[in-house]
Amino acid sequence: MKNSVTCAPQSWHFEYVLRLGDNALILGQRISEWCGHSPFVEEDVAMANTALDHIGRARMLLTHAGNLQGNKQTEDDLAYSRNEREFKNFLLCELPIGDFAYTIVRQVLLDTYHFHLYAALQKSSDDTLAAIAAKVVKESTYHLRHSSEWLIRLGDGTEESQRRAQLALDNQWRFTSEFFLADEVDDVAHQAGVGVDVSLLEKLWRDNVNDILSAACLLRPEDAPLRASGRMGLHTEHMGFLLAEMQSVQRAYPGLDW
Amino acid sequence: MIDAPRLASIDEVLLVLNEVCDPEIPSLTIADLGILREIYERDGNFAVVITPTYSGCPAMQTIEDDIGSALANAGIGNYRIETRLAPAWTTDWLSESGRNKLLEVGIAPPAEATSDKRKIRSARPLIIPCPQCKSSNTERISEFGSTACKALYRCVDCREPFDYFKCI
Ligand SMILES: [Zn+2]
Repeated sequence: MKNSVTCAPQSWHFEYVLRLGDNALILGQRISEWCGHSPFVEEDVAMANTALDHIGRARMLLTHAGNLQGNKQTEDDLAYSRNEREFKNFLLCELPIGDFAYTIVRQVLLDTYHFHLYAALQKSSDDTLAAIAAKVVKESTYHLRHSSEWLIRLGDGTEESQRRAQLALDNQWRFTSEFFLADEVDDVAHQAGVGVDVSLLEKLWRDNVNDILSAACLLRPEDAPLRASGRMGLHTEHMGFLLAEMQSVQRAYPGLDW
Repeated sequence: MIDAPRLASIDEVLLVLNEVCDPEIPSLTIADLGILREIYERDGNFAVVITPTYSGCPAMQTIEDDIGSALANAGIGNYRIETRLAPAWTTDWLSESGRNKLLEVGIAPPAEATSDKRKIRSARPLIIPCPQCKSSNTERISEFGSTACKALYRCVDCREPFDYFKCI
């Protein structure tokens, strides 16, 4: 039998792309909070540019997710009309921005993850996802260059900058275990050639992060289990506030366009 | 009475689109930047194929609108705009005339072909000659500049800051 054009939506496929889109959207929303508040003007521009890159990739990924679902939902429906439990981002993306060291540590952990993830997704059997990945990996390359150079400057800097960077790392490290907890969606996506091999991704990520941390004179914290999971829709107490702000206009005036 | 949109030829469409400029660097056309990829005809209609630059580039919507109004002004109605993601946009697509126009407005063009290089940590910083005095004694102030596609540099000799159109 020939493949029908209007085949039933593959829920794992939608879910896989949705998670990628949610990570990009929530992280982009967080980074945008630095706009107007960065330590100096060049960094303000850097943060705003980086936030836009993440929101731009969220738009492509959420549009693609909506298409996989048979165009039931647009990128805007997915971004502005879902409730907290329906968002599938990593918890690390939604944590408040903290101080500059805290933000830079998060960027290093996630930029490294995104760099290796999207490098691998360029070979996805999902052509649209592969095309998005080829574009995104270029941006993650300079995001990572920016964040890792900063982390080295902070970690190998003054006593105060070193202390703050280490504190941020100690605080965030446990959230990284969520990156590599492959569930059924990951397994099916990988078998179908759509998704990546999570165990290979973990190895690349660990090697790369270890290199950056040692160049930054920072100690890698002990691994610790994480009991919650953003990918199951179970979020921290910070997520509700983030969504309240991000969605306020569409919630007050549904369907508003400008 | 308003005339119905006229049917145009590919050459006519191309002529009109060659006048469409980038909203952020208006001296460059979308063809110079390599954003305009292709124009093809199917069943008497044209498809204008564009490839977006940066994911976060807010100019892309403006570019689509500008393409639409340029064609409408020329009375051309039988077209649609198609966004093509693969292959991903690269600064290697910048035309020679585009590189020269950048220099003319004081923006240093991309220093190298991107092909296979993917540097995570810059081992050896690139030398970007100053577009004002041509000195190679320059330094990077920030990897991020006034728009997504630019980095900020400074010339150590003539002391002028300048934009660099970075390679991706
Ligand atoms: Zn100079």
